[in-house]
Amino acid sequence: MRYSAFSILSQALKGNTGWKPVWREPEPKAEYDVVIVGGGGHGLSTAYYLAKNHGLTNVAVVERGYIGSGNIGRNTTIIRSNYGEHGNIPFYEWSLKLWEGLEQDINYNAMVSQRGVLNLYHSDAQRDAAARRGNTMRMHGVDAELLDVEEVRKLVPNLNFDNARFPIYGGLFQPRGGTVRHDAVAWGYARAADTRGVDILQHCEVTGIRVENGHALGVETAKGFIKAKKIGLACAGRSSQVAAMAGLRLPIESHVLQAFVSEGVKPLIDTVITFGAGHFYISQSDKGGLVFGGNIDGYNSYAQRGNLPVIEEVMEEAVAMFPSIGRLRVLRHWGGLMDMSMDGSPIIDKTPIDNLYLNCGWCIGGFKATPASGWCFAHLIAQDASHEAAAAMRLDRFATGRLINESGTGAQPNLH
Amino acid sequence: MRITCPHCGERDVGEFAYYGDATKRRPDGSFELGAFLEYVYPRDNPAGRHRELWYHVGGCRGWLIANRDTRTHEIFGVETAHDRRAEGARNAVAANP
Repeated sequence: MRYSAFSILSQALKGNTGWKPVWREPEPKAEYDVVIVGGGGHGLSTAYYLAKNHGLTNVAVVERGYIGSGNIGRNTTIIRSNYGEHGNIPFYEWSLKLWEGLEQDINYNAMVSQRGVLNLYHSDAQRDAAARRGNTMRMHGVDAELLDVEEVRKLVPNLNFDNARFPIYGGLFQPRGGTVRHDAVAWGYARAADTRGVDILQHCEVTGIRVENGHALGVETAKGFIKAKKIGLACAGRSSQVAAMAGLRLPIESHVLQAFVSEGVKPLIDTVITFGAGHFYISQSDKGGLVFGGNIDGYNSYAQRGNLPVIEEVMEEAVAMFPSIGRLRVLRHWGGLMDMSMDGSPIIDKTPIDNLYLNCGWCIGGFKATPASGWCFAHLIAQDASHEAAAAMRLDRFATGRLINESGTGAQPNLH
Repeated sequence: MRITCPHCGERDVGEFAYYGDATKRRPDGSFELGAFLEYVYPRDNPAGRHRELWYHVGGCRGWLIANRDTRTHEIFGVETAHDRRAEGARNAVAANP
């Protein structure tokens, strides 16, 4: 069923009795042209673009849990393209352009809200760095505005501008950034892929990858062996384990990143704000809850929950920046598994095994990349060649020295 | 999460800095690129028991090796990296007297 104002109205008159499940629950076929391992945002968008852009509809997405149970339902929903490295900017800008047309493309309300992303700076040196980043963005055709403190005050009047240690000097603003309803992205892509014939196989854990003479032949799953001409791995925090099934070792550590939601309050923050003196970001959901988070806990973890020191740090940064929210209560907090690559940038590439393709290393920034990741991964799988926007996201860059060192912290795993 | 430092006793994880996989060995004496790439980049990244380095920056400043389950954060033992290195040296001597 195509969604429209008319379909909503007619369902209202019928007492909402005609809504159907938005994707099928098929049994696995014996063989597919492409099997995507991982039914998160990246896996689902890959399947959708395989069908839409490349005409490959004999495709399955196999997912251990249910659609929306992983990081696509655990993130802080921010989209932006304020990057500064040559291998990243075109990719993330393409992703933002895809977000801008996504809802019409997949006929699904993902609540894409371009409410802007504001990165605060707190010193002269940070202002210089913000100006440089903004100029780099503008040279690549990305929108960026360097705001002074009075312009920030107009945008967000209730920040603590005169913090004794970290006074706010201004901010780098990307008006086209914003937020998207994360669950709706998973559901929307799942429905759009299913409509084009993709089989979404939930509760179908991959337990092995069959490889013979350097060729991947298919995947062993909880529902039996599934033969595949090509296999794409999009397993986020579980990438190391799944790749190990094919004998691969990845430059990845899995870490836990925590996120938080406060009780709902009246409209307080109408943009996305990041604190420049630490690692903290905050926005307000349409339900009124403040959605915020900080840094990873900093140790290997598969627990999907973190520890108190990071919670304390995040709360300290929240009230340092926004003293007025100090009395709010935190409603929920949770953790997700981050596939932290060794240079902080993702991998979309072939592997040393024929017909096996890899998509991982998204670190703490995978959500905003969902459309372009799927677009470029589908291109790689279908054409057997990298998409130009993801050409630098190679697996062998660690050996060749062509790292994408976006965070400027060097190639030191210790500095994740 | 709390870590029992062999010197200081049980302390909050906030006192410690994490330095990752303790099974990695710097290829001393080797200048072969492949050996250094192996040392710096790939990780086993296990979902389960993990031997890992912690630095007790807010305490004795000792280097520790913890044996921790990455699925539950349960810690099964902490030893000093110094002891571990001494043991490694003894084994090396025993193997090549």
